[in-house]
Amino acid sequence: MKGYKIIVLAKQVPDTRNVGKDAMKANGTVNRAALPAIFNPEDLNALEQALRLKDRYPGTTVTLLTMGPGRAADIIREGLFRGADDGYLITDRKFAGSDTLATSYAISLAAKKLMPFDLIMCGRQAIDGDTAQVGPQVAEKIDIPQITYAEEIEKIEKGKITIKRRLERGVETVECPMPLLITVHGSAPDCRARNAKYLLRYKHAKTWTEMQQDTEDYLWLREDRPYLDIREWSVDDLSADETFLGLSGSPTKVKKVFNVVFTAKEAKVLGDTDAEMDDLMKELIENHNIG
Amino acid sequence: MNNVIVYCEIEDGNIVDVSLELLTKGRSLADLLKVQLDAVIIGKELKGIEQQLYPFGVDNLYVADDPRLYPYQTLPHASIVSKLFEEIKPEIALFGATSIGRDLAPRIASALKCGLTADCTSLEIGEHEDKKKKKIYKDLLFQIRPAFGGNIIATIINPETRPQMATVREGVMKKEIKSMSYKGKRINLEVEKYVRGEDFVVRIIDRHIEKSKINIKNSQIIISGGYGVGSKENFDLLFELADVLGGEVGGSRAAVDAGYITHERQIGQTGITVRPKLYIACGISGAVQHRAGMDQSAMIISINKDPEAPINQIADYAIIGDIGTVLPKMIKYYKKNTK
Ligand SMILES: Cc1cc2nc3c(=O)[nH]c(=O)nc-3n(C[C@H](O)[C@H](O)[C@H](O)COP(=O)(O)OP(=O)(O)OC[C@H]3O[C@@H](n4cnc5c(N)ncnc54)[C@H](O)[C@@H]3O)c2cc1C
Repeated sequence: MKGYKIIVLAKQVPDTRNVGKDAMKANGTVNRAALPAIFNPEDLNALEQALRLKDRYPGTTVTLLTMGPGRAADIIREGLFRGADDGYLITDRKFAGSDTLATSYAISLAAKKLMPFDLIMCGRQAIDGDTAQVGPQVAEKIDIPQITYAEEIEKIEKGKITIKRRLERGVETVECPMPLLITVHGSAPDCRARNAKYLLRYKHAKTWTEMQQDTEDYLWLREDRPYLDIREWSVDDLSADETFLGLSGSPTKVKKVFNVVFTAKEAKVLGDTDAEMDDLMKELIENHNIG
Repeated sequence: MNNVIVYCEIEDGNIVDVSLELLTKGRSLADLLKVQLDAVIIGKELKGIEQQLYPFGVDNLYVADDPRLYPYQTLPHASIVSKLFEEIKPEIALFGATSIGRDLAPRIASALKCGLTADCTSLEIGEHEDKKKKKIYKDLLFQIRPAFGGNIIATIINPETRPQMATVREGVMKKEIKSMSYKGKRINLEVEKYVRGEDFVVRIIDRHIEKSKINIKNSQIIISGGYGVGSKENFDLLFELADVLGGEVGGSRAAVDAGYITHERQIGQTGITVRPKLYIACGISGAVQHRAGMDQSAMIISINKDPEAPINQIADYAIIGDIGTVLPKMIKYYKKNTK
């Protein structure tokens, strides 16, 4: 059996889930730099689904595709450590300021360069924006079907894939011919841990830019081990039309942002003693807030 | 100027609440812009469906009625809506931020190369001056949503592309009938002209949709828990208080992410929006995305170990303490002092 060719889209995101005290500036805004950069959680769920298909259907390959600044190569290394086969980093200053539409344009060009493929998989949404837009927009640009919110891939048979989807108030099982794009829901199983063997094998996997800082020995090493290359794609490599990229390719503009100013209501501050609690409850009952 | 349009969702023959809420908002935007309100509904057996929609002030109702169009599938719905938008060129297009709307709207935005803002918490009409281009844009849709990074609210605009597209969560806008006798016009779309054969490649094998058992949105008392509750077991205390007070339990996203409660109960920008008589926030810090879903509550009580927690600033009562101590005391007093 020949297996399937799977592309996994992954994003490096600031960890907005637990904005601790140390990440707050004195004026109450968040200090982004203090937030650790992580593998977007639902993209890890997507990677796990791809790796399960690889376990199940011998000959299957998993290629990671990420877009971001140079340090986003960490995402590819992380994927390699967990069992992916190779990865590409889409990186160029000209992508800066891209909204979801411009981002999906760049990713769709990269995916087209990797054609023919059977599946593109990605997380439902990224935690820094929660828009859930890039997956469907990439699918539209490549003109393939999309199945969103996948929780379980049941099987692939005769070129068709059967997927269980998690909806707001229920589940749905659908069958779709390949190729297609699947977005994976966070309720799908967690991603497996790093594998010690792959950790050794890919420890020195780097992008060309990162290699510039390498010493001679490593350059030698790389010559016999081509799998250590993380390829970088720029606007030129993708033959992208610049009018569809960055700020100019982004129809949405941020008009203004403002810090929320609390209209402090002058909360009545209470301790947790029996007397204070009894008084509060008494007041709430008397004022018909409760009861 | 062209019209405002709302994509309406249907479940078991009924238009879902979020669509009716969007029609109410759409009507007021249309009035401000002095244009008409359009709606599009796609499904099967849609005879008489206009009766559910006209009262919300719909002037033109586009209907695609075909047995293959229900339950919802991405490709045929996307083809119909994209094509319809190309023909009627709406100024503004609104979608519910539901499983369906969040699947459909980006596909359409991509096809039409226009901007889309997810999970707006407010929609307004305003003017924008682009100083570089020396151009003034009148009557733009201001799409307002909390943005990444805590206490920031961003206003997003799409100056050049149309329609200006936005999704909004259930409960964010209010649903209000305009007039029971309001009459619009029904326009039946010839489905074959809008879909491609290959749009029907996906086959639905099985589908279970449950009627939501929890009714947080309409509950007058909400006991809401955050990451500070600490465990799924500790949430039992919140359920107990909700039970004695006749309320519902909600929670923050951190509580959902930690697996303490299910997503259906998440309150905030990416959950539901509530306006109860009483909101008790237990172990919730009060991030802007959370406040977006509850700051309209008539009374807010916060229970938090940390006197500096931002939630205290919008609370009427801030109890500084551990929920493990405070909640049992509240439950005990209430049980003892009411029949
Ligand atoms: C795009 C986006 C969308 C988002 N949408 C939402 C949304 O819809 N809803 C939402 O809620 N969040 C949302 N968030 C997340 C939000 O930014 C916060 O991370 C989240 O609300 C924090 O939840 P929390 O208050 O429960 O947890 P924390 O911020 O960790 O707060 C825990 C609180 O519990 C207190 N505490 C701890 N132990 C105890 C105890 N024993 N007794 C009493 N108090 C205790 C602590 O002092 C602290 O104040 C979103 C974020 C992003 C980036």
